[in-house]
Amino acid sequence: MLEIRNLHASVGGKEILRGIDLTVNAGEVHAVMGPNGSGKSTLAHVLAGRETYVVTAGEVVYEGKDLLAMSPEDRAREGIFLAFQYPVEIPGVSTTYFLKAGVNAIRKHRGLEELDAIEFLAMVKEKMKLVEMDQALINRPLNEGFSGGEKKRNEIFQMGVLDPKLAILDETDSGLDIDALKIVANGVNAFRSPARAMLVITHYQRLLNYIIPDFVHVIFDGRIVKSGGKALALELEEKGYDWLKPEADLAQHTIA
Amino acid sequence: MIQHSKELDRYLADFERFEKNGLRGGPSWVHQVRRAAISGFAELGFPTTQHEEWKYTSVAPIVKAPFRPADDEPDGLTKESLSLHTLGQAACAQLVFVNGRYSPALSSIGSLPDGVKAGSLATALSADPAAVEPHLARHAGYHDHPFVALNTAFIQDGAFVSIPKGKVVERPIHLLFVSTHDRPASTGLSAGFDMAQDRRGKAIVSHPRNLILAGDNSQAMVIESYIGLNNALYFTNVVTEIVAGESAVVAHYKLQRESEEAFHISTVQASLNHSSNFSSHSIDLGGALVRNDVNAVLDGQGIECTLDGLYMVAGRQHVDNHTRIDHVKPHCSSRELYKGVLGGRSKGVFNGKIYVHKDAQKTDAKQTNKNLLLSEDAVINTKPQLEIYADDVKCTHGTTIGQLDQEAIFYLRSRGIDLEAARGLLTYAFASEMIGRIKVEPVRAQLEHLLLARLQKDS
Ligand SMILES: Nc1ncnc2c1ncn2[C@@H]1O[C@H](COP(=O)(O)OP(=O)(O)O)[C@@H](O)[C@H]1O
Ligand SMILES: [Mg+2]
Repeated sequence: MLEIRNLHASVGGKEILRGIDLTVNAGEVHAVMGPNGSGKSTLAHVLAGRETYVVTAGEVVYEGKDLLAMSPEDRAREGIFLAFQYPVEIPGVSTTYFLKAGVNAIRKHRGLEELDAIEFLAMVKEKMKLVEMDQALINRPLNEGFSGGEKKRNEIFQMGVLDPKLAILDETDSGLDIDALKIVANGVNAFRSPARAMLVITHYQRLLNYIIPDFVHVIFDGRIVKSGGKALALELEEKGYDWLKPEADLAQHTIA
Repeated sequence: MIQHSKELDRYLADFERFEKNGLRGGPSWVHQVRRAAISGFAELGFPTTQHEEWKYTSVAPIVKAPFRPADDEPDGLTKESLSLHTLGQAACAQLVFVNGRYSPALSSIGSLPDGVKAGSLATALSADPAAVEPHLARHAGYHDHPFVALNTAFIQDGAFVSIPKGKVVERPIHLLFVSTHDRPASTGLSAGFDMAQDRRGKAIVSHPRNLILAGDNSQAMVIESYIGLNNALYFTNVVTEIVAGESAVVAHYKLQRESEEAFHISTVQASLNHSSNFSSHSIDLGGALVRNDVNAVLDGQGIECTLDGLYMVAGRQHVDNHTRIDHVKPHCSSRELYKGVLGGRSKGVFNGKIYVHKDAQKTDAKQTNKNLLLSEDAVINTKPQLEIYADDVKCTHGTTIGQLDQEAIFYLRSRGIDLEAARGLLTYAFASEMIGRIKVEPVRAQLEHLLLARLQKDS
């Protein structure tokens, strides 16, 4: 579904991603872990098409297409979804209002009939159950005055409504208490299917107790320095990230 | 300084013709007021950008264009042709003015509570001058504002609204001002309706004059709308005087949707008495060159005054909003929020003066001006002016100028919404706060519709 080859990206002239290689097939859940500042959010944003990050080398093939050539909206229409680490607040626009615009743009792109207000609300009601979302919340201005947990739940709720093929969850667990974490994890698990894939970015192993990944990758200084099965996450929990550092340095030296 | 340019002379000659014409009539005190005003105008002359109050707004294009007053009753307009611009006949009492003159045929006032008057100023001047005399031209000064002077010199018609003590008028009173050529060949009106460009008629100036008197403990909502023939060049120079009696509640709305070639200059002068509640909502969407002055004098205790404004311009439009709130007596509050959206090469000016007089202790005044620039070439000049001569007051002001948030645009795009739609949505979000503050349902609905249509058109 997704193939990332030797991806380099920089922001403000500073190279952040320094050669990422990653292949994700349909039905798989990949966890991406790493210390703060290692480039996890950068990777997520580059995949979603944020223009402030400049891709300087490498390629990304998504369902046989050149992903990097597509606009952010076309990527969304083709089935990519990013749950933001820091969802933005937009006073004056409700979640339902903007989401209806998004859903219909995506449906149109896929050759489906646009939903009218009634059909849309029926669908929304269904998806709200996914993360026990409150109706009042989604009628309020987008994320304005939402708690951290409410914002994250709103992201997963939107994922349910937009029905992506590849979901990228950027630290959706951070800032959640254990109950909220379980609710979000349940929502994500309900969403898992053989046709969909997921990239679960997290700093802590905690989330992976609830969302069991098929693969775990560790990013360090803009490179994947280690990949393994779900046991790797536990190892990281135990040892921290520091033990991987020499390996990262080594990798750097080999290339240099 | 007397500056008798040929442009000025043209207006002076028009005045002589206007005053000689017996039909323009009215009681003798009106003639005196007009004479005094035209001398005031002759002395002031047209303002230039040397004037502090006109620093960022050049009226040269207005001065140069050979505008003339309309002579004939224009034909061709029908109730049907205006139906898209009225606010629903059941919902509002509708008064229609064509080139500044009241049109009984196009109006439908319906029933109003006993003693409430809503009609033509010209009629009131001849039928009931005693009701008009104590107030007309007594609130809006014509010795320092050239266009108020000009309007006053040409006082002829407009709306006269009078609410007796204690009466509550539930239905909003809608004053619809339509500008045409002298003889319109077509009835396509501004705000997006089709019409082939028609410049056969001469360019008309109108000086509508409105007087709104709300007695003690009365309540009323008055809406002024301004529209014109598409692409038509004309000049509307309006003055509205409002008097709110003790404990009166008056909401005033002004919805300016002139043609994109038109010039629009307006003054709203509100005199507020003890414990009254006044709100002004000034919305500008149309016009090539627009200047609005909203002045409120809080001459009593316990008054609440709200001045709201929204200007949304693009292309080469120029819109200037000057406001002045005079806190004369203690224990009054004023709240002012003006928001601007400027695209293309448009220019905006906001100048908000709050003047707290020596006796106005415990004044609570707050002023905010927020601007959203949609393009690199759009310009806003914004200036709060607080003059405070009392020592126990709470006065704050704030100004922001910003662009659309790139982070928010990306967020919306990442949900499948294209760039233009995302920009439109965020622009709407910025402006919608002002819509939310409109309490008259048909006005709110119309404005919401206009904004959405405009944002779709822009994209
Ligand atoms: N817009 C930006 N401008 C400048 N530096 C940035 C920007 N975004 C990220 N960075 C830098 O890139 C590095 C990686 O950041 P990020 O991808 O957010 O890491 P992570 O998500 O793994 O914590 C950090 O050093 C961060 O400071
Ligand atoms: Mg991050």
